[in-house]
Amino acid sequence: MLDHAWLIPAIPAVMFWLILGFGKRLPGKGHELGIAGVGASFVLSCVAAVQWIGRSTDVTIGEGAHVEHVRKAVEHSTTWFDIGNVHIRVGTYIDGLSVALLVVVGLISLLVHVYSTAYMHDDRRYTHYFAALSLFTAGMLTLVSASSALQMLFGWEAMGVCSFMLIGHWWEEKENSNAALKAFLTTRTGDVGFLIGLSILFFANGQTFDVRVWNANALGGHVSHLVLLMGAIALMGAVVGKSAQFPLHTWLPDAMAGPTPVSALIHAATMVVAGVFLFSRLYGVFFTGFSIAAPGHGTFTVPAVIGGITIIIAALLAFVQDDIKKVLAYSTVSQLGYMVMALGVGAWTGAIFHLFTHAFFKACLFLGAGSVSHSGSHHSFDMKRDMGGLRKHMPITFATFGIASLALAGIFPLAGFWSKDDILVTAGHNGYELFMVVGLIGAFMTAAYMTRCVWLTFYGEPRGAAAEHHPHESPAAITAPLVILAFLSITAGWLNGFGFHYFGHWTTNETLVHALERVNLVEPRFSFPAAIISLAVAGSGILLAWLYFEKRALGPLQDLAARNALAARLKLVLVRKYYLDDLYEKVIVAGIAGPIARGAYWFNQTVIDGVVNGAGVGAKAAGHIVYDIIDQKVVDGAINGAGFTAEEGGTLLRIIQTGRVQQYAAALFGAAALFGLALVFFVGT
Amino acid sequence: MYLVEYLLLAAALFSIGVYGVLARKNGVLVLMSIELMLNAVNINLIAFGAFRGNAIGQVFALFVIAVAAAEVGVGMAIVLLIFRNRASVNLDEVDLMRG
Amino acid sequence: MIAQQIAFGILAATMVLASLRLVTTKNVVHAGLLLAVVLGGAAGIFVLLAAEYVAVVQILVYIGAVVVILLFGTMLTRARIGEDTDLDNDQRWLAAIVALFMLGVTGTVLWQGFRHAGGDGKVHLNGVQRAAQVSDLIFGPYGIPFEVASVLLLAALVGAVAIARRD
Repeated sequence: MLDHAWLIPAIPAVMFWLILGFGKRLPGKGHELGIAGVGASFVLSCVAAVQWIGRSTDVTIGEGAHVEHVRKAVEHSTTWFDIGNVHIRVGTYIDGLSVALLVVVGLISLLVHVYSTAYMHDDRRYTHYFAALSLFTAGMLTLVSASSALQMLFGWEAMGVCSFMLIGHWWEEKENSNAALKAFLTTRTGDVGFLIGLSILFFANGQTFDVRVWNANALGGHVSHLVLLMGAIALMGAVVGKSAQFPLHTWLPDAMAGPTPVSALIHAATMVVAGVFLFSRLYGVFFTGFSIAAPGHGTFTVPAVIGGITIIIAALLAFVQDDIKKVLAYSTVSQLGYMVMALGVGAWTGAIFHLFTHAFFKACLFLGAGSVSHSGSHHSFDMKRDMGGLRKHMPITFATFGIASLALAGIFPLAGFWSKDDILVTAGHNGYELFMVVGLIGAFMTAAYMTRCVWLTFYGEPRGAAAEHHPHESPAAITAPLVILAFLSITAGWLNGFGFHYFGHWTTNETLVHALERVNLVEPRFSFPAAIISLAVAGSGILLAWLYFEKRALGPLQDLAARNALAARLKLVLVRKYYLDDLYEKVIVAGIAGPIARGAYWFNQTVIDGVVNGAGVGAKAAGHIVYDIIDQKVVDGAINGAGFTAEEGGTLLRIIQTGRVQQYAAALFGAAALFGLALVFFVGT
Repeated sequence: MYLVEYLLLAAALFSIGVYGVLARKNGVLVLMSIELMLNAVNINLIAFGAFRGNAIGQVFALFVIAVAAAEVGVGMAIVLLIFRNRASVNLDEVDLMRG
Repeated sequence: MIAQQIAFGILAATMVLASLRLVTTKNVVHAGLLLAVVLGGAAGIFVLLAAEYVAVVQILVYIGAVVVILLFGTMLTRARIGEDTDLDNDQRWLAAIVALFMLGVTGTVLWQGFRHAGGDGKVHLNGVQRAAQVSDLIFGPYGIPFEVASVLLLAALVGAVAIARRD
């Protein structure tokens, strides 16, 4: 299967067309095609994984004590098209990283398909929904199996489009279509960086898009460091946009307007990790470009700082959300911050492992939230208004949600514990102690806000819809995926826990080993003190939140915002999401896309006139002070004169601002000719 | 056939185009004047290409033609929009940017 | 050679006169037809320079499409068919000065710079470039610009529809 991996993305892509063409005539309205296609992909991915694990580790890298045996990646490519002397190739590049993601994407997508048959039952655009899900899956599978960066761009953009369609699935409501547009345009901002980065690296590497060559050249020192830095910065823009990192994280919580299974698939488990995947796939470029863990490096790197900021600010925001899906969305942003930070401090394996485990428990949490709204709170997502006390009515949902929450909080021995621990230990080991502390703070906050979320949803007295509408357990199509994901949330961590470093061995690749070799690093092993510290931190987070909500303890903190002005203001900042959306919408967008005329007029009236008047007024005021102290005539006169000159100058400048484009054009052409003349006189002959 | 004849012809057409762009009030006529300027550029490109004995000038002239086609499409759309909003294509009246 | 010289003279005179009328006429439809004359003259110039492929494209795209679009635009904006006194704005003198200034600068520079270009300042059409060579260049070294041009056309198409659509 490793040699025919192109089939894995091809099957859902074909299913997309089949569902569009014939879906409506089938008894299941097209979901059988989608499930069959994704199921086939998942089975083939599992076959590929088994073959990959069975592959001999015949590539030996390094010497002496650092010798490593890795599996050779399977690469197949064929010519896509030729432009002049440039041959653009297309193909598959399968290594441990690809295999891990193929399995995750296939599994989550399959479970989401099954779940959607119940959740989306009787939806208006049921068939189109499944078509978009299939195309989305195909896009993600293309991205992770691609051998050329241009091909990755195709998968990347296909996901962008599908995400737009699925977030805006119920576009009749203005809010949903706005959210879809926002997600599309925000990620697009980052995609500009992708295009720039692709172009830079394409030419820097002798006109090829081959990712293996890019990594090898970057690590081998065949490309200048400055070029790599520019390419890495541009690509970092793409990572920040797609993986919702600060400051482009604002789209992800809004994307919760889409159907819940979509949130689980796209905005938790797969699409948002595309940015992290790009980072890890082109790790050679980022590693060298950002000088990660280089000898004599500083104590921070750009991606680690971005990731670290994202962890903290997103976790803080998760505390003030009332919408259960938004809590989970900010939690996703925060966890993605972990992955980006991990890659930024050289914890490659930790980042990929966290990606792997996070997919299971976050999908489980989202699907659980969907189950609650489907059967428990009458389609509401508001935890404070319509939930509470649901654990008696929805035991399976409660159990799976609870397990996934504990896994996310990083409680031993669940999945999140191992992957988070791996990141923190490596960060400390590589000399980035600051980020280890940031990670621990993040772990504390994660544990606390998840406890709040579970408590508000499942404990306490039923409120609103949960009290009025007879909550009941969801059907099997919804609970079965939950149980499977909860099981994986418990077990997935053991792949890289304690003494077993299976996951690390399976996913390691030449790029990583070369990179670590160069800076003389070894991947650290499990350490007991670190594990106990992180467990204690997570445990105290849960305990404090529990005391606060269930026991109403910590008296001074209860309802602090209602009593203390400073706390209220801080809370307002959080509720307004640090005013970032206001900055983007009211300042940047309104300034550019909104009426330019009004902006220019405002500028003229307020700024220019203001400066002019202000200068005049200020000068006069100053003049009066000086008048009393020093000289009446000379100084006062001069100052009034200055103010007057400024006022008159402003008025004169206004005359040429006629707003008539043709007069501007006349100035343009005249100036161009003048400059031409100057060029001839001063430069020519 | 002197090279400079072609260049002077192109310069004359370009300057006439500039006059048209600056002096015409009607949006459609401004677009026509822009076409004049683009054509002057094409004559230059082809004359230099022939002078140097290669076909690259022709290639770029073809690109200019493609761009001009795109430009006139978008330009006409803008003029139509102005007409629909203001019932006139007089560019004098489009002065929202006045200070 | 002398026949080409005469042809150039006729074409150049026609083009300059037609374009002068184009920017001064009081009739929008006449302006469109005069534009067709100038563009046809340019096609003739291209033939003189042995660029017959570009000449054909010029006639097809410019006279066949661009002029027709402009005439349609004239109709859709309900310009007066016939005399219209209100076609120029009030900065005609400024425009004339700028244009003459540009002509003076570029004309002088070109005259001085290219009068003796390549020795005798003449264009020799010995190595005549066929359409095949143009296509080799477009689909060879200039392939990426060619693809970009197609994207540009698509963008312009979508943009024009988006701008002009009623909603």
